[in-house]
Parts: sequence; C-alpha cells; structure tokens
Amino acid sequence: MADDERPDLDAGMVCPIPISDYPTVQLAHGGGGRLSQMLIDDMFVAAFDNPTLAQLHDGAILGIKADRLAFSTDSYVVHPLFFPGGDIGSLAIHGTVNDVAMCGARPIAISAGFIIEEGLPMADLWRIVQSMRNAANQAGVPVVTGDTKVVDRGKGDGIYINTTGIGVIDRGIEISPQRARPGDLVLLSGAIAVHGITIMSVREGLEFETRLESDSAALHTLTAAVLERGGHDVHVLRDPTRGGVASALNEIAGQAGVGIKIDEEPIPIDEEVRGACEILGFDPLYVANEGKCIAIVARESADELLQTMRGHPLGARAAIVGEVVEEHPGKVFLRSRIGGLRVVDMLSGEQLPRIC
Amino acid sequence: MRFVDEYRGGEDAGRLLNAIRGVVTRPWVIMEICGGQTHTLIKAGIDRMLPEEITLVHGPGCPVCVTPMRLIDQAIAIARRPDVIFTSFGDMLRVPGSSADLLKVKSEGGDVRIVYSPLDAVKIAEANPGKQVVFFAVGFETTAPANAMAVWRAERAGVENFSVLCSHVLVPPAMEAILGAPDHRVQGFLAAGHVCTVMGYWEYEPLAERHRIPVIVTGFEPLDLIQGTYMAVAALEEGRHGVENQYSRSVTRDGNTAAQQLMAEVFEVTDREWRGIGIIPDSGYVLREKFVAFDASQRFDVADIEASESEECIAGLIMQGIEKPSSCPAFGTRCTPEKPLGAPMVSTEGACAAYYQYGRN
Repeated sequence: MADDERPDLDAGMVCPIPISDYPTVQLAHGGGGRLSQMLIDDMFVAAFDNPTLAQLHDGAILGIKADRLAFSTDSYVVHPLFFPGGDIGSLAIHGTVNDVAMCGARPIAISAGFIIEEGLPMADLWRIVQSMRNAANQAGVPVVTGDTKVVDRGKGDGIYINTTGIGVIDRGIEISPQRARPGDLVLLSGAIAVHGITIMSVREGLEFETRLESDSAALHTLTAAVLERGGHDVHVLRDPTRGGVASALNEIAGQAGVGIKIDEEPIPIDEEVRGACEILGFDPLYVANEGKCIAIVARESADELLQTMRGHPLGARAAIVGEVVEEHPGKVFLRSRIGGLRVVDMLSGEQLPRIC
Repeated sequence: MRFVDEYRGGEDAGRLLNAIRGVVTRPWVIMEICGGQTHTLIKAGIDRMLPEEITLVHGPGCPVCVTPMRLIDQAIAIARRPDVIFTSFGDMLRVPGSSADLLKVKSEGGDVRIVYSPLDAVKIAEANPGKQVVFFAVGFETTAPANAMAVWRAERAGVENFSVLCSHVLVPPAMEAILGAPDHRVQGFLAAGHVCTVMGYWEYEPLAERHRIPVIVTGFEPLDLIQGTYMAVAALEEGRHGVENQYSRSVTRDGNTAAQQLMAEVFEVTDREWRGIGIIPDSGYVLREKFVAFDASQRFDVADIEASESEECIAGLIMQGIEKPSSCPAFGTRCTPEKPLGAPMVSTEGACAAYYQYGRN
C-alpha cells in the first residue's frame, strides 16, 4: 500500500483517555469500576461506534435471516505489536473476517476481547483500537460486542486480542475441504510468505532492512467475487496463515483423502521475500500469509475463476499452482523448477533460521 | 532473482543430466560434504534424476549434527542460569541433549534468544551489562570468521559480560578421517563451496593427491550440484584425481585471506570430538590464550559435564557415508523430528531431516 492510500489513523479522533492522567493502562482499567467504564465508553464504544454495540448489553443481539451461519474465532498474539503494513489490531479484524470468508460466508459481525498487560502505553492501545476500527470499517463488518481484561505486568505481552466472527452462507454455496476431488485445480490469490517475512524482519536479533509490508487484508470481497462467479464449482477455500501454503494444502489433502500436486514455477513470490528466505534458510511455502487465499475449484471453471481473482485488487497476481490427484492420498507433492518431485510435508515445529 | 534463478533452470539441468548419462559407465559413490548441499539435492529431487550408477552419500558438513552432546548439555546448563542470556543460531535450539533441548530450557524460563549474527550477541551484551551473554559458537570454517570477529570486537570494546561456547570444526581433517576408515566407500567428494569461499581450496590438494581422489569444490544451487556431480563422474571415469573448482563464481584457490587472518588471530587448532564419530585430531578451533577470558566453558565451570549418546542412533555412520538415513531401523519410527534420537533428524542441514521432510523413506 502506498503512503497516500494509507488510512489516516488519527483522522477526526484523538485519544479520549486523558493521557496525562493515565499514560499507561492500569489494573483498575479492567477492574469493573469507574476506570473500566471510562475505557469502554470513551475508547471502545466511541471507536467502534454502531447501533448494536451502543445497546451495551451483556452481548450483541443480531437479527439474521439465514439457513446457515459460519462462526469462527481466533486469538492474536503477534510480536511486535506494530509492524510494517499493520498491527495486532488490523490483523485481529482481517484474520477473523478471512476465517469466516473461507467458510464461504459473508461476514456480518465481529466480537473483540482484549487481554491487556498492565503498563501498556495508553497511546499504543489507542493506536491499536483505531487501527481495528479502520479495518472493520473498510471491511464493512461492525464490532458488535467485546470484553476487556487487564492482567498484572509481566503476565502478558502488551496486549492479546481475540476476535470472533459470524457470517451468512448463501444458498448453493458449499465449501469444505472434503470437496477437493481429483481433477480439481488449485488457485492461489497472490504472492506468498510476505507477512511472515515482514514480521521476521522486525524481530530482535534478526532485523534486516527491507521495504516489505505485511499483506494483512480482508479477503471476503475476493471470495465473494469468486463464489458469485463459480458457485458450486468452488470446492475449498483456505487462507494459508500460520504454517503457510504447505500446511494448508496438507490439511486439505488429509481431510479430503486426496493427493495434491503443485508446481514451484507458477507460485507467485516477491524477490525480496525470496531473498530473505534464501538467507534465513526458510522454505517460503511454510511462511505465514495474512492476505492470501487458496481456492480449489472444478477444473472446467478454473480459468474463469482465475480471471475473476485477477480482476480483484487483492488477486491481481493470482495463479493456478497445482491440481488435486488420486495418487498418494493425504500427501502434497511439489515439482521443482528443475523438474524433480518431492514431498511437501507438515513441519513438526516452527522454522528456525539456519546456521550457514 | 539474480544469482539464484540462473542456477535453478530446468533446461540447463536436463542438459547436464544428459551429459552425466553420456559419461557414466559403471557405479560410483560420491559424497557431498555439506548438509546444505544434501538438502538441495533431496529438495530439488536431484537424487532421483541421476543415473542409477551414481550413489550420493551424505557427509559430515552439518555443524548442528556434529556438535557433541556433551557440549549441548553444557549449553543447556549455562542457559538455565538466571544471570545468563543465551544466544544461538536458530538451528541449535531443537538439538537434543541428554535430557532436554534449548527450546525446553526457554519454555522453562531460560532467556534463550535466536540471533542471526554473533555480533548481535555482542550488542545484546552491551545493552545488558548486568547479565552474562553467551553465544553458542558452532559451525565450520564458514561461521568461524564471524564468530572470531565477535570475540575480537568484544575484547577490543571491553565487553566483559560476553563469552562464547565454542565448538568449531574443520572440514579437511574430517575428510581425511572418512578416507582413513577401513570400510569407507567414498570415491569422490563434492567439497563445500562456502567453506572454500573462506579457506580456498589449496588445503584439499595434498589430500586429493594422497588418496588419488577427485575433489570438486561445489556450490549449493541445484545446477551447481548437478554440474559438480558431472565433474566428479567425468574425472572418475577418466581416472583423474585432484581438485577442480565448480564454484568459481565464489571460490578462489587462496580464499578470503582477511577472514583467515582474523581466525588465526582468535583461534588455534585443536583435537575435536565429533558427535557420533569420535575425536578427530586437529579438527577444530579453540580460543587462543589471549582470548581465553571469553571462553564460556571456563567462565561457567561446565567442563566436567559428560554425556552419552543414544546407542541406537547411527548418525556417525551416516555422516561418514557408510549408511544412509533410510537404512536406519529407527528412521521415521523411533526417530522423528518430534522425537529425535540424534541431531541429523532436527537440523535444517541434517541428512535424516532431509530424507524425512522430503519423503525419502
């Protein structure tokens, strides 16, 4: 995202908590008393301003007409809290919007639970909340209910956020990993490994100079476009976050009892990301994404759906990267650039930077 | 990407593989020294594309794999101390010691941090004067210059709370040991291009002469390895021996003399134990007297820690090219990345990890 496109976080709002009185979050801000009330009213309710939240019930009351709902929760513990291209707040919205979207649903509401470590600078909290507000507004998904807890200093990592999302699944849409079947093609919406490498580039001990920004983005309009065009021919949707494309495909292969064969050549990847992976000894197939989507679709619709993806701003570099096969059920194979074939297995833990 | 894509092209690979098929007439056993090379071979599927006459066996060039368990246990004992920030390359954290690994120490509250450069560990020491900062200085001649530089800088800047737990190993003595074993079967070497970038290749010339064996200095990209294999096979078929340089874009005969001078200033050669293999004479570095104050094994009184290896792990035989990971009875059953018997199953340069991860079982 270019600087001039970046939403102005401070537009029209200043931190409502008097920072001179409370430069940092205090235990009492989560204690249920007056300070808690001030934080909720002045910061959260003011920022996420919407009629459902304004009722300030114990929970949100939603009027939904639908046969099927998608319901997904995720917790965000990223370190550092602020990184190029986003922060824990925008990530907490995008991630859960995407999880709901990958069920084939239109996200309609989201909840937010904050676990804040005593001593977090109030200005940081405000920045995170504003970023969440902007992400939710841009996605058109309101934050309708929430919760705040404050834990003792040293018992958290600044702030943890849990978000839960609800979405409506339209008739005719049926997304599940079990629907991947031999002959289907695997579409990938864009360049891989950007988020993971961006986070790595700002971690202590591994800092390296880069212009990379996280790809964190809400993908529900992209999936909506694909579903609108492809309908029942869209079999599986998945956002390859932690564990990357390799782990997501392994999960699908295992759940569907099929093999998946991918080609290294067409997998989109940025030069800088590749360079960083080469240096660190990482396989980009296992590195996290936060704004990319895998779609497994019927072969006959694949070209059309590829064009649909490419017509969306978040899918401009989409590519067909592989196919579902009968052989080797539960396994993922990759054909390397030089033509060799290898298994792409699940990793047993995190990738660790190599020695040399 | 420049300097990468040129060495991964499918067409060139096909041409070189055809060239190998054109020269090979009988079986040959070739060892690639470095674990990074092993991973490229397996990851790109080269082992399956070579003619069946050629057997690749995997050498000891995985620094994580050859670091003795005793040293891992020393590292763990130091990292558990509350006054210590223990820094390491990421690769070492999963390596099993007698009863734990460094990741476990971290989960139990030890301050264990991954750094990518030993100089970052010196910076951490400067920023934390109240703590002892220890860097786990493992590796071959490749990492030795940077580790030497860290100690040299710490000495110059008077960073007294910095020290290194040193386990440096050297390639030529290991090759000598492999060729000296009575049951060895290696007929040609692909030498480690990055080690040679630092050290040059002159020190391999007497070895190649003595054992009448081809030594091909080889890079790490798929085409490097296919070309290196071609050069080795061509030399073997023609009955030639001696050192040839496939990796000429990086390696000269003399190597990086500035790095060598720094290493010679900070380290001296010593006998060194290799995990699974045993003690190889003159095969490692230890800090010179002038820098001995930076030796963590003395500072923390851990020199007495002893450890015994798993009796079932055949890593030593694998790293000498006598066995292959897939011929180990424990491979993939009693030894997995989640529950490793030996280091080669968890290191990103370990042969067993490559076989496991890329499905060669």
